[in-house]
Amino acid sequence: MIETVFTPYASLGGGVLIGLASIALMAVAGRIMGATGILAGFFQPSNLSDWTWRAVLLAGMIAGPLVVLLFTGEMPAVQVPISTTMLIVGGFIVGIGVTFGGGCTSGHGVCGMARLSPRSIVATISFMVATAVTVYVIRHILGA
Amino acid sequence: MRLIILFLIGLVFGVGISISGMANPAKVLNFFDFAGTWDPSLMFVMGGAVVVTFIGYRFVLKRPAPMMDAKFHLPTRSDLDMPLIVGSALFGVGWGIAGFCPGGALPALGTGRSEVFIFVAALIAGIFAAKFLKSVLDKRATTQA
Repeated sequence: MIETVFTPYASLGGGVLIGLASIALMAVAGRIMGATGILAGFFQPSNLSDWTWRAVLLAGMIAGPLVVLLFTGEMPAVQVPISTTMLIVGGFIVGIGVTFGGGCTSGHGVCGMARLSPRSIVATISFMVATAVTVYVIRHILGA
Repeated sequence: MRLIILFLIGLVFGVGISISGMANPAKVLNFFDFAGTWDPSLMFVMGGAVVVTFIGYRFVLKRPAPMMDAKFHLPTRSDLDMPLIVGSALFGVGWGIAGFCPGGALPALGTGRSEVFIFVAALIAGIFAAKFLKSVLDKRATTQA
């Protein structure tokens, strides 16, 4: 386990930017800012223009850390306190879950919650509880 | 012009994720570790993002159409079914194991860290596995009906 510093202002600022990007994507393209949907559609687009907006949006996202590097002189911290096996297992399970659940933290947790969608509210409660239980089991029962 | 604007929107999202801490598994896992090394930061991410989006959507969705598309592409379903609840719970299990969620990991690819690429590759494999499974289940459902 790695202790992390409480960063209320940076986290609030980041949250506000995520919100602004979500509003802008709806205002411009009429789309939900959901990472799951954008990524899944990138691999199976309905036509070329459906692929290009996703590709460009993803490119912008990936350029995000580089802009942070440009302004602060440091890459955003990525501390991975788990093994490669757990990364792969976790990633695979996330992929299955978001496909059946129809969204993740950005699509359900931010955009869907902001629309007060009953499905998104239920999905968000479901994954938040499951994540907390999983972390508790791994860290405090299995002691990994 | 449309593509430049979309790139910038992605960029704002990517910067937001980067400074928020959502791209950092240690921070994400600590947020959920109430009984251990708890770091409440991520409450501010979700709180800030939801409140801002809630207010912004009120104005945006009142308009007849988006600026650069014919219509708003909004989910219309409101029923609660098992795939939604179980799928989301499964997502939570994976998030609790790996510490990355899709929205956190995609911008984090820009850091060039190998762990992020490994996670995203596994994520994409999971998405395709689930899509395949879904098509098999759907086919079975229609042949039985």
